Amino acid sequence: MNEGRKEIIQIAFVLIGVIFLVKLFFIQVLDDRYDKLAYSNAILREVDYPVRGLIKDRNGKLIVYNTPEFDLQIIHKEVKTLDSAKFCEVFSMTPEELRSKFKELKLKREYSPVKLTTFLTQLSTLDFARIQDNIDEFQGFYIQARTTRAYRAQAAANAIGYVSEISKQKLENDKTGIYKQGDYIGQSGIEAYYEQYLRGQRGVRFKLRNVDGVEKGSFRNGAIDTLSIPGQDITSTIDLDLQSYGELLLKGKAGSIIAIEPATGEILAMVSGPSYDPTLLTGRHYSSNFVLINNDTNKPLFNRPLMAQYRPGSIFKIAQAMVALQEGVITEETRIRCDRSVINCHGPHSNEDLRGAITHSCNPYFYGVLRRMLNQGKSNSPFDDTRIGLEEWSKHISSFGFGKRLGIDLPNEKGGLVPDPGYYDRAYGGRPWKFSNIYSIAIGEGENMVVPLQMANFAATIANKGYYITPHLVKSIGDSGKPLPQYLEKHFTTIDSTYFRVAADAMQRVVEEGTGSYRAKLKDIVVCGKTGSVQNEPRPDHSVFIAFAPKENPKIAVSVYVEFSGGGARAAASIASLMIEKYLLGATKRPQIEEYVLKGKFLH
Amino acid sequence: MSREEIISNKMDWVTVALYTTIVFLGWLNIYAVTYDPESKISIFNLTINSGRQILFIAGAFFIVMAILIIDMRFYETFAYIIYGLILFLLLLVPIIGKEVGGNKAWLGIGSFGVQPSEFAKFATALAVAKYIGSVGFRMDQLRNQVVLFVMIGVPMGLILLQKDTGTALVFTAFTVVFFREGMSPFLIISGIIAAIIFVLTLLVNEYYLFTGIGMILIIAIVMGKKKLKRILLLVGAAIAICGIIVSVDYVITDVLKPHQQNRVKALINPDADPLGFGWNVTQSKIAIGSGGFFGKGFLQGTQTKFNFVPEQSTDFIFCTIGEEHGWLGSLFIMALFIALILRVIFLAERQKNRFARVYGYSVACIFFFHFAVNIGMTIGLFPVIGIPLPFFSYGGSGLWGFTILLFILLKLDVHRMQVLQRI
Repeated sequence: MNEGRKEIIQIAFVLIGVIFLVKLFFIQVLDDRYDKLAYSNAILREVDYPVRGLIKDRNGKLIVYNTPEFDLQIIHKEVKTLDSAKFCEVFSMTPEELRSKFKELKLKREYSPVKLTTFLTQLSTLDFARIQDNIDEFQGFYIQARTTRAYRAQAAANAIGYVSEISKQKLENDKTGIYKQGDYIGQSGIEAYYEQYLRGQRGVRFKLRNVDGVEKGSFRNGAIDTLSIPGQDITSTIDLDLQSYGELLLKGKAGSIIAIEPATGEILAMVSGPSYDPTLLTGRHYSSNFVLINNDTNKPLFNRPLMAQYRPGSIFKIAQAMVALQEGVITEETRIRCDRSVINCHGPHSNEDLRGAITHSCNPYFYGVLRRMLNQGKSNSPFDDTRIGLEEWSKHISSFGFGKRLGIDLPNEKGGLVPDPGYYDRAYGGRPWKFSNIYSIAIGEGENMVVPLQMANFAATIANKGYYITPHLVKSIGDSGKPLPQYLEKHFTTIDSTYFRVAADAMQRVVEEGTGSYRAKLKDIVVCGKTGSVQNEPRPDHSVFIAFAPKENPKIAVSVYVEFSGGGARAAASIASLMIEKYLLGATKRPQIEEYVLKGKFLH
Repeated sequence: MSREEIISNKMDWVTVALYTTIVFLGWLNIYAVTYDPESKISIFNLTINSGRQILFIAGAFFIVMAILIIDMRFYETFAYIIYGLILFLLLLVPIIGKEVGGNKAWLGIGSFGVQPSEFAKFATALAVAKYIGSVGFRMDQLRNQVVLFVMIGVPMGLILLQKDTGTALVFTAFTVVFFREGMSPFLIISGIIAAIIFVLTLLVNEYYLFTGIGMILIIAIVMGKKKLKRILLLVGAAIAICGIIVSVDYVITDVLKPHQQNRVKALINPDADPLGFGWNVTQSKIAIGSGGFFGKGFLQGTQTKFNFVPEQSTDFIFCTIGEEHGWLGSLFIMALFIALILRVIFLAERQKNRFARVYGYSVACIFFFHFAVNIGMTIGLFPVIGIPLPFFSYGGSGLWGFTILLFILLKLDVHRMQVLQRI
């Protein structure tokens, strides 16, 4: 009854399969309409770049903002006829440049003839008007808007840092998957340290286009589009007026100025000299300018406040004094004869007490102080005795924040060096050492290494009478009104606060009647300071000065370090007092001191 | 001889090889769909479909083992019970099921969900086979035919309640099985005619259709014998057809839901609104059409990414084949499916009892229905009714449902000689 039916079924099945294949042959092989549709009807994927967060100063003044810039993108497949002469004219390039651009294009990793690929980057706004008038003539080219950094003031370039395209290496090491080739990333300073807050989040828009490449609205009414989320604004601790003034004072000099608000650890100004114009590292000339700046023998990209390690010089005597007082090896009244046989001294004095010794920066006095500190007679062997003393000493000194990275919110900070017994063991290769081998650390020379930031932090610690808050550059992230939590924590030294009063008194006398009296003294404000002159035979000394003011309830602590410019009482003391005057009084009234600083040029 | 040896010796390895190949190629294509050249996620990554499909494939392997271990008499003996159980589950779905993508077709156990409708296919196949295979069954008895149509009608209705029209329509494939077992072809032929009229109604103005039918009627009356009975019959048929045409119009505008109307309209003229209701078909044809003869190469597709073709890894998986492997790849995949289906028919024909044969034909017809409708819709020959390509599309319930269907047949096939001995 059912004979033949199984054949009918099988034939029907195969027949339908064959019909499908014929239909497929028509649409896949014979009809090239679909091929074209696939390229042009496809969905255009547009990246919506987020706006990077702004950076403001402590008073809300804008330091860094964004200006629009435009990239030219290409869908290579759509470029059929290109009027290259016209193209070169509109984009102001030579035919050779155009040819090499096309060559570069094909070598790009993300290159695909059917997808948007970046062709030219960072067309300036000026070019843009002309380009926009003509872009319709260049089929297959599209304009992609994004923003670039712009600066209100040529200030704090190293503290703020710059933004540029992510490097290949960084891209490969990036584990977050956030960055794509061609993305911009903070490369130094605040821009790098706060990258995760500043960058925001990118969005994607899908757009439909018809056969002619004309946009036909958003794909699925934007259901799968994502909006970009702008980065968070950052309020810096920098006082832009003070910072700019500092930049002016340090012009033509190598060194650094750091001003800190002692009670909060907020950095009011951080000047690195010589510096560079931050606008050079934005826009389409970034690469050539970067090479220029990077190869400058004055090293403008070297952020001296954190990276330059110097011997601290005489400012270190303040620390020595406090450590010795804490250890009880001297009192305020202790007098030591100015015996210039081992270490030389300067000025007419002979047998000072502690305050006098600081006022006149007496070298032999502190030689004697350190000897008492290191050789307390706790062991009969002079070697072991020094070792025990140095152990204690380095513990105290380190508690001021010396010899380790303070943890500022900038990359590439250096820690300096506080020598301890282990250090000398390595230095002497196991041979014994004792006080007579290491006494130069008594006056801040020798093996001590300090970065200018630590000096300013030291001044702030004295101003606070015993503690510091890690210096930092950002007051508030976004609307939080708060810095990162580590910048709210107090770090106490191992020294009693009464000894800080002694130090402050002595520093007041330094300014009023001692080494710093001529240039650092202010009429209405009690300034506490200490000079330092770091030896560089045969070149001139480095000029060093730390200070804080006013003495009661200090508002500002400063460290100034000017390379190869002579004694601490000269360039450094002048700059420090001018900074204090500017910050506390709003203006400076000592034109002769200002002129003295401005005409000093110590760059070679 | 142990039972394991019998299984391995008598197993139809040709079918197993075809099955394995299709599953493997499906998995590769699921990866191709999710593949984003910018992120380069591994094919085994469990957060993407291809990674999860691995787990489903592993699950299918255990199901195969279980089927082969269970005694072959179980399937015939418990056919009605399994059928009843699945019907019960289908009944539960609208009450306690969870909704995924607009269809309430899932039964959830924690975060794990299954679609009972996928398992209703093999359960119905077993029940139908048992009924036809029972002693004294005769296809020409109206009562028996009614029972059979009720058997496929009940699960169909329950699945329609879940708004899953595609899966419900799969059960019409059983009519081919009935045809093989002796049912008059009249039903299938009239069904096809109805479908043609249905489509013509959409394509052509109904007054032209009425005129055409009238002319055919006059010619038929003039050409043939002029007997009153015959003329009345022809006129009656013509009126019936016109009635269908009028009712089709009514069905389209009043019974079908807007999204179903759109799917039918898209089939007729996808260019009418390519970004609206014609979207799926247009995008799918563009994807397949852009593949050319050799295709763009594995993972090189540009159209089948980013979910531009909706349901890319389930219902429209064939687009990826078309785009990335071209006509040649499509030919290969279709050849695999046709080979599998013909092999299943071959297996069905060599069974020694009617139960196993009917079951085998059910498997072949269900596979073919899925195959034809799924590929047909991607190339614009069928309306878009969302049913997966067997073993190929992403999804656990689908893969397991089809695997159960196929391997019960293979189990029956292994023991086909025992059946004879038993009788």
